[in-house]
Amino acid sequence: MMTAIATLIVHRAGKDGPEKVSRYEVPYAPGQSVLDGLRYVRARIDPTLSMRYSCINANSCKECMILIDGTVGYACTTRLQPRDMVLAPLPNKPHLRDLVTEIAPPDERLDHALKGG
Amino acid sequence: MADSTVHLSTDVLVIGAGGAGMSAALAAAERGLRVLLVDRSLIGRGGATVMAQMTVAAALGEEVPDHWEHHLADTLAAGRGLCDETLAGLLCEQGPAAIRQLDSWQVGWARHADGRIRAAQAPGHDRPRCVYVDFLSTGPAVSRTLRTRVQRQSQITRIGDLYVTDLSIGDGEACGAIGFSVADGREVAIAAGAVVLATGGLTRLYRRNSASANMGGDGHALALRAGAELMDMEFVQFFPIGHLAPRLVGMDPIMWDPFRYKLGGRLLNAEMREFMDDYGAPEGARYVVTRDKATYAILKEVQAGRGSPAGGAYLSFQHIPESALREAFGPVIDRLAKNGIDLKTMPVEVAPIAHYHMGGVRADATMETRVPNLFAAGEVVAGANGANRLSGNAITEALVFGRRAGEAAAARVIRNGVRRPPQARGPHADILRAGSGSAATNPASLIARLQDVMTDLVGPFRTGDGLAQALREIAELKADAGELPPERAGPFPLIRIDWFDLRAMLLAAEAIAQAALARGESRGAHQREDHPGLDPGWTVRQGITLRDGALALSRIPMPGGRAAEVA
Ligand SMILES: Cc1cc2nc3c(=O)[nH]c(=O)nc-3n(C[C@H](O)[C@H](O)[C@H](O)COP(=O)(O)OP(=O)(O)OC[C@H]3O[C@@H](n4cnc5c(N)ncnc54)[C@H](O)[C@@H]3O)c2cc1C
Ligand code: FES
Repeated sequence: MMTAIATLIVHRAGKDGPEKVSRYEVPYAPGQSVLDGLRYVRARIDPTLSMRYSCINANSCKECMILIDGTVGYACTTRLQPRDMVLAPLPNKPHLRDLVTEIAPPDERLDHALKGG
Repeated sequence: MADSTVHLSTDVLVIGAGGAGMSAALAAAERGLRVLLVDRSLIGRGGATVMAQMTVAAALGEEVPDHWEHHLADTLAAGRGLCDETLAGLLCEQGPAAIRQLDSWQVGWARHADGRIRAAQAPGHDRPRCVYVDFLSTGPAVSRTLRTRVQRQSQITRIGDLYVTDLSIGDGEACGAIGFSVADGREVAIAAGAVVLATGGLTRLYRRNSASANMGGDGHALALRAGAELMDMEFVQFFPIGHLAPRLVGMDPIMWDPFRYKLGGRLLNAEMREFMDDYGAPEGARYVVTRDKATYAILKEVQAGRGSPAGGAYLSFQHIPESALREAFGPVIDRLAKNGIDLKTMPVEVAPIAHYHMGGVRADATMETRVPNLFAAGEVVAGANGANRLSGNAITEALVFGRRAGEAAAARVIRNGVRRPPQARGPHADILRAGSGSAATNPASLIARLQDVMTDLVGPFRTGDGLAQALREIAELKADAGELPPERAGPFPLIRIDWFDLRAMLLAAEAIAQAALARGESRGAHQREDHPGLDPGWTVRQGITLRDGALALSRIPMPGGRAAEVA
């Protein structure tokens, strides 16, 4: 029996950067999340891939928001599919690295604290 | 090379912005001190507090008459003779005030029509004592409420995405911390008059866990390297009925508990037969068995070949009327439906899952560790829960100990002031700056290996041979991880974060395995197959410290007092 594959096509640059895309093939099991797939990639294929998440299951940290097939969604609640899935960082936030954008509230950032003295 | 380190200074530094850290920050700020509240994730979002879906235990006496001493008796009984009675007493006595304070801040505790705060009876409690926010929203509500208070406190400066890698020690006293800014990789050195460690637990050490990515024992490793003592490390709580199958997204795997204590729910083996009775833990119609005993029973059924297909037990609500399900859990029923789960027609599969850690940093009744000016609060502290924690005690612990630690830290700074800023130099700072420049090792895969080792050899059932093997494998993993992080500092280097996580996780794992190997008996969450049964001679705690790079165990006798109530 052939195992089904989910292909994650990950855009790793921000919208202004030079294009940088990685393709990863992940074994597909029904019910898994896109985040499950990305964590598989990091542990088995490419540890240099950065994304952002904390809670993994509870959908309470709200850190894992990215563009999934062109739509904003949580990586941890969107289901992995046995087909090509295009993942990209949020387009409207400053890009930090790979799928990570700056989402911290401005008054909770280091520079804000430094300005405050 | 010019020093690019960012320097910050504060009266009280609080590391970790969960329930404990935010409570500590508020308490210190109320004393008029400047507080820096830092978290490696977003403020109020990174740890266990925001994920908690169930209940908080406190003897409010509104549902039924209650007294904190009843709560204490239950806590001590669940702790199997190893609770620190002073800390447990503080938790129970000060719990109600913490709950009422949150109430006055509009946390939204579920109430009866006549205004009384509702309480459910969670396992191990002798009466309904556990308050909650509907529906399964306790943790998010507590977190949001504290966060709002913290935001309004001008004395508190919040910095998220700041990963603390080591505490700073000067003349044997805590005087700050170092770390890096996750968003851009800058090194950060913080000078502080007192430090509160509120970094939460370590259940990420296990393959199946309810942890967030930030719960890998950072605080335990920070404390050890700073010279503090850990205690009770062998007691890792497995939550017996963690969701196992079918895969559920967007919901925490421990969500079935409130279903059980509100509605019952039958725990069945592969033969669709209730089995808790077979292990001397009869449930009757109610759900009363403590976590250590339920975990034991489920795993023994699986071992005996009577597990569910995914390797756990069935949990069935098929006998509960649809209307009762709806009434108790409203929108949650729809979220389950989206996951293809219809409780009317199918059971789910559940299995024990690493959930909480009773052990941690040893602190006195003011929450100070043996390192002067270093305080600790929340799940990272050992003692209040002994060998097994009662449901609902963890959030109370975070709130009560957080406040105490914040007050004591403030009092210390008021007396002693802020010492000279620590130098951002030394071996710990060098690690921060270093980098291999390449990604030769994959720390994420080493973490997965460590989780396998911990689950298979240092899980709910242990043997001397298995633990010795675990220690060898941990040493190998340590060698594989190397002395320095991969890549170079830069924006959001998840691979470096993984490496620092692994560094902490390996030290915490070693402490657990060593303590578990030494304890030749079975008690609460620590079950040794080669030493079945509780040994009264082992009614003693184990301390653990780091000396010249090696962990050293010691025995801490229990102070006299109430006879151990062991079951
Ligand atoms: C899914 C789940 C459900 C639970 N449900 C309940 C319940 O219903 N009732 C109950 O009583 N208990 C429950 N518990 C346990 C309880 O939630 C925790 O014990 C408690 O919230 C711990 O609070 P804390 O403030 O000590 O730690 P946390 O809330 O975990 O906060 C610790 C913070 O420290 C930060 N941190 C860690 N390391 C570093 C570092 N190196 N640098 C900077 N910051 C760092 C983390 O990012 C995190 O934000 C549950 C736990 C889980 C995981
Ligand atoms: S990982 Fe926390 S919301 Fe997705």
